[in-house]
Amino acid sequence: MGTMRTVPDFSVVRSGHEVQIPEQVSVPWQGLHRAVSRAPTIPGPAPAGRGGAAPRMRSGAAAAPRHRRGGAAAAAPAGAAGGGGGRRGRKKMPGKLKVKIVAGRHLPVMDRASDLTDAFVEVKFGNTTFKTDVYPKSLNPQWNSEWFKFEVDDEELQDEPLQITVLDHDTYSANDAIGKVYIDIDPLLYSEAATVISGWFPIYDTIHGIRGEINVVVKVDLFNDLNRFRQSSCGVKFFCTTSIPKCYRAVVIHGFVEELVVNEDPEYQWIDRIRTPRASNEARQRLISLMSGELQRKIGLKVLEMRGNAVVGYLQCFDLEGESGLVVRAIGTACTLDKLSNTSAFLPACNSPSKEMKEIPFNEDPNPNTYSSGPSTPLKNQTYSFSPSKSYSRQSSSSDTDLSLTPKTAPSPQGPRIFLFPSSPTLSCDFPHLKKSCLLLSGSSIKPLHSSHVSPVVLRKSVSFTEELLLAASGMGSGSAGKEGGPFKTLLRQQTQSALEQRGGSPRRFCTRREFPFFTLTTFPPGFLLHVGGVVSARSVKLLDRIHNPAFVGIMGNTRSYKLLDWNSFNSDEPETRDAWWAEIRQEIKSHAKALGCHAVVGYSESTSICEEVCILSASGTAAVLNPRFLQDGTMEGCLEQRLSWQPGFFSIGSEKGEVDFFPQSQDSSSLLGIEEASPPGCGFCHIPYDELNMPFPAHLTYCYNCRKQKVPDVLFTTIDLPVEAIVVGKGCLIQARLCRLKKKAQAEANATSISNLLPFMEYEVHTQLMNKLKLRGMNALFGLRIQITVGENMLMGLASATGVYLAALPTPGGIQIAGKTPNDGTYEQHISHMQKKINDTIAKNKELYEINPPELPEEIIGSPIPEPRQRSRLLRSQSESSDEVTELDLSHGKKDAFVLEIDDTDAMEDVHSLLTDVPPPSGFYSCNTEIMPGINNWTPEIQMFTAVRVSRLSNINPTNQTLNKNFNDLCENLLKSLYFKLRSMVPCCLCHVNFTVALPEDELVQIAVTAVAITYDKNQALQANKAPTEKSQQRASTDNEEQLQFPLELCSDPLSSQPFSPAKEVLEGASSHTGIPAAQRATSLEKASPLAEGYLRHRSVPSCTNSTVSVVKMTPLSFLPGAKITKYLGIINMFFIRETTSLREEGGVSGFLHAFIAEVFAMVRAHVAALGGNAVVSYIMKQCVFMENPNKNQAQCLINVSGDAVIFVRESELEMLPVQPSAAAPQHTSSAGDVTT
Amino acid sequence: MSSDLDVFVGNTTLIDEEVYRLWLDGHSVAEAVARRLRGGVLEREGTSVAVLQSDTRDHYRTFQMLERLLHAPPRLLQQLLFQIPPERQALLIQRYYAFDEALARELLGKKLSKGTKKELDEVSARTGVGIRSCRRQFDNFKRVFKAVEELRGPLAENIQQLFLLPPALARDYAAIVFFANSRFETGKRRLQFLSFADFAACAQSLMGHWSQGALAPEAAEPDGDLPKSFLQDLKELKVLVADKDLLDQHKSLVCSALRGKISVHNELEANFKALSRALVNVGGKLTHARDVRDFFVDLVEKVIEPCRSDKWSPGDLRLFLTHYTAAPRNLPGFRHQALWERYMAAISACLLRMYHD
Repeated sequence: MGTMRTVPDFSVVRSGHEVQIPEQVSVPWQGLHRAVSRAPTIPGPAPAGRGGAAPRMRSGAAAAPRHRRGGAAAAAPAGAAGGGGGRRGRKKMPGKLKVKIVAGRHLPVMDRASDLTDAFVEVKFGNTTFKTDVYPKSLNPQWNSEWFKFEVDDEELQDEPLQITVLDHDTYSANDAIGKVYIDIDPLLYSEAATVISGWFPIYDTIHGIRGEINVVVKVDLFNDLNRFRQSSCGVKFFCTTSIPKCYRAVVIHGFVEELVVNEDPEYQWIDRIRTPRASNEARQRLISLMSGELQRKIGLKVLEMRGNAVVGYLQCFDLEGESGLVVRAIGTACTLDKLSNTSAFLPACNSPSKEMKEIPFNEDPNPNTYSSGPSTPLKNQTYSFSPSKSYSRQSSSSDTDLSLTPKTAPSPQGPRIFLFPSSPTLSCDFPHLKKSCLLLSGSSIKPLHSSHVSPVVLRKSVSFTEELLLAASGMGSGSAGKEGGPFKTLLRQQTQSALEQRGGSPRRFCTRREFPFFTLTTFPPGFLLHVGGVVSARSVKLLDRIHNPAFVGIMGNTRSYKLLDWNSFNSDEPETRDAWWAEIRQEIKSHAKALGCHAVVGYSESTSICEEVCILSASGTAAVLNPRFLQDGTMEGCLEQRLSWQPGFFSIGSEKGEVDFFPQSQDSSSLLGIEEASPPGCGFCHIPYDELNMPFPAHLTYCYNCRKQKVPDVLFTTIDLPVEAIVVGKGCLIQARLCRLKKKAQAEANATSISNLLPFMEYEVHTQLMNKLKLRGMNALFGLRIQITVGENMLMGLASATGVYLAALPTPGGIQIAGKTPNDGTYEQHISHMQKKINDTIAKNKELYEINPPELPEEIIGSPIPEPRQRSRLLRSQSESSDEVTELDLSHGKKDAFVLEIDDTDAMEDVHSLLTDVPPPSGFYSCNTEIMPGINNWTPEIQMFTAVRVSRLSNINPTNQTLNKNFNDLCENLLKSLYFKLRSMVPCCLCHVNFTVALPEDELVQIAVTAVAITYDKNQALQANKAPTEKSQQRASTDNEEQLQFPLELCSDPLSSQPFSPAKEVLEGASSHTGIPAAQRATSLEKASPLAEGYLRHRSVPSCTNSTVSVVKMTPLSFLPGAKITKYLGIINMFFIRETTSLREEGGVSGFLHAFIAEVFAMVRAHVAALGGNAVVSYIMKQCVFMENPNKNQAQCLINVSGDAVIFVRESELEMLPVQPSAAAPQHTSSAGDVTT
Repeated sequence: MSSDLDVFVGNTTLIDEEVYRLWLDGHSVAEAVARRLRGGVLEREGTSVAVLQSDTRDHYRTFQMLERLLHAPPRLLQQLLFQIPPERQALLIQRYYAFDEALARELLGKKLSKGTKKELDEVSARTGVGIRSCRRQFDNFKRVFKAVEELRGPLAENIQQLFLLPPALARDYAAIVFFANSRFETGKRRLQFLSFADFAACAQSLMGHWSQGALAPEAAEPDGDLPKSFLQDLKELKVLVADKDLLDQHKSLVCSALRGKISVHNELEANFKALSRALVNVGGKLTHARDVRDFFVDLVEKVIEPCRSDKWSPGDLRLFLTHYTAAPRNLPGFRHQALWERYMAAISACLLRMYHD
């Protein structure tokens, strides 16, 4: 990364004005202040200045490509117009791209007179364009062209999309474009992926949608000297999947990679006033395609620098900042992956209960003493340190902070609201101008913070604690200086040290890759995750400034004239602000993690919400302690390389080297490893990573209910998927917190300020809601937590989604107790008790629904260490769960660990009501937002991925927060209901990976987009599996990481089962008397093969659709396909489309328009996957869906960005058909396969 | 709070058969929702009317988008926009092209023109088929008609290939095309007892025996038209009734062969000449388009009704027709036996099919 950022960048404009901006060394943290003061908006180049450069210029070779090449190449003259001419002068030509246009079909009629079309095709890559002959008078032209060959360098290969334009030849007037196909050739650049792209692609036009199809063949010949040129990162594989891809093994997980590039948005350029919407849309699509290509290449370079060969959990996002530009940013986790050679030899383990399960008894703890000698010991004296940058910013603005807080932090104790007392009633937010302010909601709870230490550092620190708390949300409560008692010296030392580090090196160097020990992964190989601290998150409100770039050539079109600003950008430090903003947030996250005694953040993600000129940046993740052992077989070299001492002495496990790596060398930690291995896999991650005696905050800790050896919190919130080894009781469920807050319309800073002021309240309430809903379901942990705060013109919306589960290791959650403020009133009392009854009933019902029957663990288990005395736990609890008023409250009427809801006004009443309005899914349905539903593991292969979008008008004339909340809540609930209804034919099934996205496109308009997958499961086995949750999880934990997920064999797609169903069923039923459940379950899976489901279709279709040329491509947001094995990853799919209409009514209104567009996007994704030779997309995500309408003008526009991994999968039943290769490496697999076949 | 925009798109396109049926029947979204409500889906699934509305609208939108593709079924199979499993595609097509026989009966033999389309209101009222559904079905007829009008080869097979219909449905469409092409009169009161199925069977017989494709698959003329040369040749058969000797011999051959075998022998003897004249002349008139129109009317008026009034049983008619067709073989000087048998095969099949109350 360091080198990249210092490479000078050049821009060459062919018209003669050569713009060369010298490398600028900017200090990263300068940007902070500039972010506050808004730079004057500089409009695009004045049209007058380019008077002669009317739209025609676009078609001419007006602007030459900008060479983004470091070193010698940068000095090379730019004369690249007119095909490969310029390129020939170069020394390298690492690749040859070959394209053949075969045929078209179903073209639209372009000539009304003849009802036919004279079509030809332009094939363009970089600056070179080839054309096919005109195929006259046909809607199904057969061009069968020669091979068009492009000689290109690898960098270009990575950045540029292949652009295929289908046109209608017109002798007398300009040729009309029919549509385009952009093909990302990146998948052809890694050796193991696809070798050819060949197939039918929908011809897409931004105004008309899909207009026919074109058959194209694309190949790339790469030359061998690639590695000499590190501008490109050919060969680095990208995966959207947030776990180690199924047919790979992680050799080393290097860590966080990030990059962003910035550009002016073509839509907002002056040229846009005179060009057609189509031209503008295409310019935008092309630009984003180029930018993502470049971004990916740059990330790839960083990965190569880290000696990795892949990016996992690659998340690329666009920020459409409007006037101020367009940001494309990406984060990911660099890894070194090894392809598993014998994937086909692995037979999927079956779900039938196998013997291994019993090997690890429920309560076994082989080594009671391990923990204290384990990693927790070093942690004790570590505390955490503030990164200097953070301190600076805080210090500099501390007065601001205080000012801003004054009004809110001093609410009178008889504050008007319900007091919900979650365990951590604190919040954190990153405030824009105020830099950073954190507050505790109830003013008095701040007191303890100040009580212990008064030094500014400490003060800041305590403030920061409060942030961690909420974010950590681990049920620990807050409100004290906690860790303050820790070694202050260490803190200081570390501070200075890192300060030195920062100042000493070049400022850019500061941002070394080790800076952020973040992982975008959400699922890890078993044992990788040692401890989870809790959720850490940070938000920041920023004002957008124009990304000022005079070098920008405002002409988009046939040439590569786009301007990309990034780290090396020349002219100004403006674009750096975006990077600085993120760096700031990441720092924040990092320090939160440290406060939780964690050295890493997993399940990390970033997002933005933009409204006009205000932008909320958010980042969140889960603080965690990772197992150094994981990298045991990582090469020494890799380890050395990593030794970048991001946190000196922090994680020095047994090693005196001081600058220990994040992953300590194996020999140093070998003793530790042995110990670690023995720690119970099912609960280890729940054990607190921070030291009990030196806790960052007071929390209610108990001994782990599973192993009884280590302390666990009472509630655990995380952003990751449920670890496979986790022991879960019952099933999980989707839990959502929904919140609306009105905001005054305001401009610029005033607006940002009011948003900043609202954020903490929102975070608090979202957290409270989550906590209440979790308790209401009798659960004690949240996974996959994603809190989205969306900013609109006159309101803020918060939507948090997570999957609640009951972790066997954590204590049983107490109920919810309602307390009235005025206990003297009789009717009131009655009402309260009525509510209380309702709540209790709901909890009981939910426990039944989700099958939460934790094994009774009497606290007086003989021989087991008794957890803390009740008295103490109570004390802690009251401190943590409530703000301090609670201590004054009479809790005697409640259970000791009850949650207390105090009702003192109508608002509060409504909140309680709304708690109870969440309807559970209809019977046969479960839902979760994680990859797999906890408690269900017997999936059948039927899946149905879908996207649903709703835009609703909040039509209240005088909206209040309550009515808005209700509306929003109804909107979400109705949407879910609607999904359940639509998918009713798949029952029993589970909606997995339910991903809600909220946008506020206009005043009063709320847009919700949901993407999820419905997977059917086998009810019979569900019951079976549920009886032995522990066994199940043990079994799961025992498998290899690429085999984490197991599925029952599905017979539906079994060729043998194509015989009539009934005999097969009889056979199976007969068999079931011998083998018990499995056969019965097969029978049912045969029975209920619903025609809706893809799996069924697939097998049914074989005989009936011989004339169908379209191959089935499955799509799923999950990283796996139930009942199938992914045998090959073909490359990343990352597509961006714009669709616009000027005849909205004619296209069926907004719904018709968007329905068609989403269907078109799916179709294009499928076509690209099929052309790569794949049959599925996994980890599919719709990252953006921006919809705008103008009904008065009969117009609408929509932008959609999707991504995923193209894969080839094989049905497990088909795998089984193959002769089983004897494999000594996987005896357990073969044995389990044996079980299956019986 | 109203939902302005509400869409659901599955990777596999969800097709609800019930809603598809309602859509095909031409119900509006509101009507469809009302009908679904009556079906009790609310109670079964425990959902709300709003959900049902949203669901119905979604399906309707999908069907509207699919409709364009359904107009050319092979495109439905090739298109990339909707991922629909093959058996669901088949179902969509089959249901889309299925028609109400009552409606088809009304339209049989009519010109599939705009004029006819305008009369659909009345047809709808008579048949009880919704007007929108009537229009869709009419358009289907017309589309199929246009598509195969100029094609050579067997009509039903062409239709099957172009519209991917199941064989039986394709044959019915072939009949509709055949009737539309030849413009047979089917609307007369005395023909009302004949159902669509009767006519479809007749059309199949006529095409099967008379069309050029039946003899030479590579025939130059489209199957829907009866071959001109054949119709011209039929005039030669008039000799059977024009030549008195031949007529008498024919009668005696048939009557002696049937003696004791049919219950209406006396009536046969009395009416033979009239029947024979009617049977032969029907064919002789087919060269004129106007007379072609009356083909079925003539058969009913001149053959079926007299037989019916004489209480012939279907078995009597069958025996008679068999012998009547076979007898000329033994007639001296009759040289058109092949033509005669080809002619009579279709006529017999039609008559037998039509001979009911």
